Parts: sequence; C-alpha cells; structure tokens
Amino acid sequence: MIAFNPRNTSLLIFLGLLVIFTVAVTLMSEAYGPGLVSTSFVKTLGKTLCLCLVALAMDVVWGYTGILSLGHFAFFGLGGYMIGMWLMYARTEDIVIASFANSPLPPTPEEIVTGIATQIFGVVGASELPPIWVFAHSFWAQMALVVLVPGVLALVFGWLAFRSRVTGVYLSILTQAMTLALALWLFQNDSGLRGNNGLSGLQNLPGADAIPQSLISIWFFWASAAALAAGYLLFHWVVSGKFGSVLRGIRDDEARVRFLGYPVEGFKLFVFTLTAVVAGLAGALYYPQAGIINPAEVAPIASVYLAVWVAIGGRGRLYGAVIGAAFVSLVSSWFTGGRAPDVNLGFATIQWVDWWLIVLGLSFVAVTILAPKGIGGLFDAFQGLRTPDRKGAPLGPDEGALQEKEAVK
Amino acid sequence: MSTLLEVQGVSVTFDGFRAINNLSFAIGPAEMRAIIGPNGAGKTTFMDIVTGKTRPDSGNVLWGERSVSLLRLSESQIAQAGIGRKFQRPTVFEDQLVSENLMMALRRPRNPLAVLFFRPARADHARVAELAAEIGLADLLGRKAGELSHGQKQWLEIGMLLAQEPRLLLVDEPAAGMTLAEREHTTRLLVEAAKTRAVVVVEHDMDFVRRLDCRVTVLHEGAVLAEGSLDFVTQNPQVIEVYLGR
Repeated sequence: MIAFNPRNTSLLIFLGLLVIFTVAVTLMSEAYGPGLVSTSFVKTLGKTLCLCLVALAMDVVWGYTGILSLGHFAFFGLGGYMIGMWLMYARTEDIVIASFANSPLPPTPEEIVTGIATQIFGVVGASELPPIWVFAHSFWAQMALVVLVPGVLALVFGWLAFRSRVTGVYLSILTQAMTLALALWLFQNDSGLRGNNGLSGLQNLPGADAIPQSLISIWFFWASAAALAAGYLLFHWVVSGKFGSVLRGIRDDEARVRFLGYPVEGFKLFVFTLTAVVAGLAGALYYPQAGIINPAEVAPIASVYLAVWVAIGGRGRLYGAVIGAAFVSLVSSWFTGGRAPDVNLGFATIQWVDWWLIVLGLSFVAVTILAPKGIGGLFDAFQGLRTPDRKGAPLGPDEGALQEKEAVK
Repeated sequence: MSTLLEVQGVSVTFDGFRAINNLSFAIGPAEMRAIIGPNGAGKTTFMDIVTGKTRPDSGNVLWGERSVSLLRLSESQIAQAGIGRKFQRPTVFEDQLVSENLMMALRRPRNPLAVLFFRPARADHARVAELAAEIGLADLLGRKAGELSHGQKQWLEIGMLLAQEPRLLLVDEPAAGMTLAEREHTTRLLVEAAKTRAVVVVEHDMDFVRRLDCRVTVLHEGAVLAEGSLDFVTQNPQVIEVYLGR
C-alpha cells in the first residue's frame, strides 16, 4: 500500500539509502570486513544515527507543529541516564561478585548491594544506593523508564504549558528553563546520579567481556540504524494524512484550527510527548556508544544545537532533519576532533577547535537568511519546485508559521 | 418559533471600553440574519463571544434544544457543538492543498487519536469533491490554497464551513473584495445554506444585505438598535442618525 503512493517516494529513497549505508559500513568494519572503517568511527556513525533520530523528533515538534522546543535534548539525556543506570549497576554487580569469588564465605545479597553502591558512589562520597536506583538491577524496568521518564516529564510540562496557552518565544524560554533546571539538578552530588561525574563505562555491556568492542559497536550501529528507520516510518505516518494536516495547521494558524473544532492543546501535547519518548529512546541508544553521560550533555546549548541542525537541514521535511543532524554533527566532530588542519594567517592562527562554533553560528545565520529551506532546498531545486510569491508574507499569522521562502508552490 | 442560539444580556468591557452593552439576540434553527452596524458597533466582538474567543463579563449564551451554556465550553468544543465561523480576512491554510483544507474541515471525530488513525474513505473523497464543485473549485483541488485568488479563498472558507456541517454559520463580511459575479455566487451559497441551518452574516454592504433578503439586526455601541426587514430598519430615525450622523 505504501509503495505505490508517489508521496512516499522520499520515504522509500531514504530507507533504501539507509540500508545501503548500513550494509556498506558493516562490510568495511573491523568486525565483518577489512577494517577500512575503524571501530571508533563505527561508534561515531552509530551515534550520528541516534542524533538523526532525535533531530527527526525535533523536526516534527518544530518544523511541523511550530513548537520551538529548546528542551528536547533533556529528554534525550534522560533516556541515556535511564539506560546508563542499568548498564552501570549490572556491570558493577559482575565486578563485585567476581571480587568475592576467592573469599571463603559466599557473599550475602546485602554485601553485594553495598559493594555495588560503594563502587558506584565512592566517587561522590556515598556508599548507599539512592532510592532512584531501586529498579537499576532490572534491564526491563530501566528500559520502561527510558520511555516513561521523558514521556511523563513531557506530558506534565506540556500539559501545564499548553493549557495556559503559552506559545512562541515564551514556550521556547520555558523549555530552556526546564533543561537548565534538569542539568543543574543532575550536577548536584545528592541527585543520586553521581553529580558532574555522570555515569561512565557504559560501553562495557554486562556479561559481554569476551566480546570485542568491534563487534559490539557494529551491533549498536545496526540497532541505531533500525531505530532511525522505525522512527522515520513512525513520523512519516504521523505527519502524513489528516493528522499532519492538523499539525501544519496549528503551526501556521492555531486559532483557525481551534475554530474548526480541533482541540489544539491535545494535539500539541500528543506530539510533544511522542517526540520526547522518541528522543529518550534515541538517547538510550546513543550513550552506550558514547560510553559516558554527564549533566553537561543536557545543558541548554545542546537543545539549541538540535534546532540548528534542523534549520540547516531544512525544517518541515523529515529527510531535512536527518541530513542536517548528520552533516553538522559529523563536520562538527571533524573540526573539534583536532583533525582539521590549523590555518595560519600570518598574524594569527585559526585553530578549528576554538573557531568551529563561530563557523557554525555564521552558517546558521547564513542559512536562515539566504536559504531558509536549508540543505533540503537543494532537493526542491532539483525537482524544479519553486517557492510561492507572496511578497515576503508568511503562510500564517502564528510565530512559528512557515515562511514564504520555506514553502514550495 | 424555537431558538437555536440565544444571547441574553451580554456585556463585555475592554480596558474600560464597553464593547458589548447588555446585548440580547436570538436566532432560529433555519434562519438567515444579517447584522449591520457602523464600525465599533461590536459586530466582531459579538462573534468572538459566541465562538468562545472572548468571555463576557456578564450575561449568558444558550445553545440548542437543551439550552447549554456556551460560556463553559472551549473554542473547539463550541465548534464541535455546531457553530462554524468565517473570518473577515479569508483564513485558509495557505500551505495546504484545497483538498486538504476541505478534508480537515469535514465533520469527523476531532480528538487526536481518531485523527491519527483516520484515513479518508471513498465517501469522504466524494464529499470533498461535491463541496469543491459547490464552491466552484473542483478543478483546483490539487492546488495549494495560497495560490487561489482572494474570492476563491473566501469560497474555500465557506466550503470549509459547510464541510463542518454546523447548525449555525457565523459569516463575517463574506463579500468583501469580491466582484459582482462572485458576490452573486456567494449569495446563492448562503441562501442555500440558510434553508437547513441558521446563518448570521455580518456585512457593511447594503446591496449585499438586500440581496440576502432576510431579517436585519442593527447594532450600535454594543447593543441592538433595531431589528426587522431592511426597509423597516433603514427608515428608523435612530438608525439613520447613527449611519449618517448629524
């Protein structure tokens, strides 16, 4: 049914390219091929796919629904923390049990738990497991929390904000405040999540010591690719059809949608929560590949980056978000990874680690002014699609409304 | 005669300015009514109150056979109860196809989950095509609404209003910016609609009101000044004074 609809062309092309990319990387990896792609680069690519997934969520909430949420990386980080708790607990449990192997008496469960708590929390001077770690022993419970914690936070936050009809820049500020508050809370040692140390050693899967990282990295890469494909399918389904029509209607003219009889707040809440859950899942796949998560990850700037990726890729089109996230984050890691050669201007030397942010900022401004459709606009040009001529008027009265230059005729 | 909408002694004040002053108004289930009045008479505020956009300071708005108070309902609930509104400036979703605009307006369940799982049936497509033919946009279903001319947008909005199948249509200056032929088409659409439902038209243009051939309510300073046939109200000395000034 999906295959014969011309509107799904971009979906099929995207999924096809993703499959080709995944197979190609696998065949070039150290695990299944000659090792042209190093294990660390496989991890980078896997992480990038997770960032593409959270960018997709951002595009649905901002590009389609017009809610400029600058807090979606908080949900991403929360997903990471939730899976990180299990990874750290289970891994430490293995170590603690192994350390008791030579002792004459078999350890009691209490001894094991105390051992785990001392191992994990010694760094912040505590030796008791905080109450929020009550489910950390169970993979399935923590997986449920990966969905529930971002989901419930988004639901409560969204309900309060949308019910009071907070929109536009005020909502953006509120979401920034939310992610900042979360980061500040996490920075505290008594938050129970190891303060600014964060959770570490997440790349070591419990009970998988014998499996080399080259294999584990490619498995995570596959999982990330599968998650991105599933997320793309889900969001494609959500934004096509009448639901998508209503979302774009809310973006361009919220009051009009209300007078058509649609409960706008309910739609916003649904989208905000759904995208938060997807962001949480993306985070849960990202951080085991990154190996470490700390409160700096959910700093307000991270959520702003997310908006920059979507804007550079082209908002309001799913593939635009993926392109933007992949392109910017890969280029960014090249520049900040110290591999970009310094430029000697004679009077000063440009070191990209320091200057990259300025380049990124300037390109964001340039894209916003010169090419509002972002990289995605190239595909429109290729297809011969033009923008409507409305003398610069946006396509609706709302702040988040699609601008003339972003639209196609 | 039974009433569909009854507005009882409603008042609303904006920053000390009394926009609506003890206004009472009633309309039956299949009736056309024109509301005229000079600028600032409270015509648009009246519509805002009925559709839930503005909450009155006092008074009551009752709806339907069971006399439900509309003041407790949200905008979307009021729309679902059967009140459709057309704005003065044509407000259609410019970045969406004509067919998408109409499909969104079709009377179907409005809650997020129902909309998410909604896929148009053949009957829905047929209804959209039928409406498009009625408003003269049958050939333009696949075009973006933003490409339509001003008059076509007005019709599209009337089509969306009809698609909602409301029991009461509130229409704000439907003929503004239309050519004579377009006005006649609009008149036909509205007169046809008023056979089965209540239609309230706010209009400045007396010729257009005459063509509607219906009872007229004159608003002035937020209250009803006169009510009756167009000839009757235009002979009312107070109405003449308000319109022509001293």
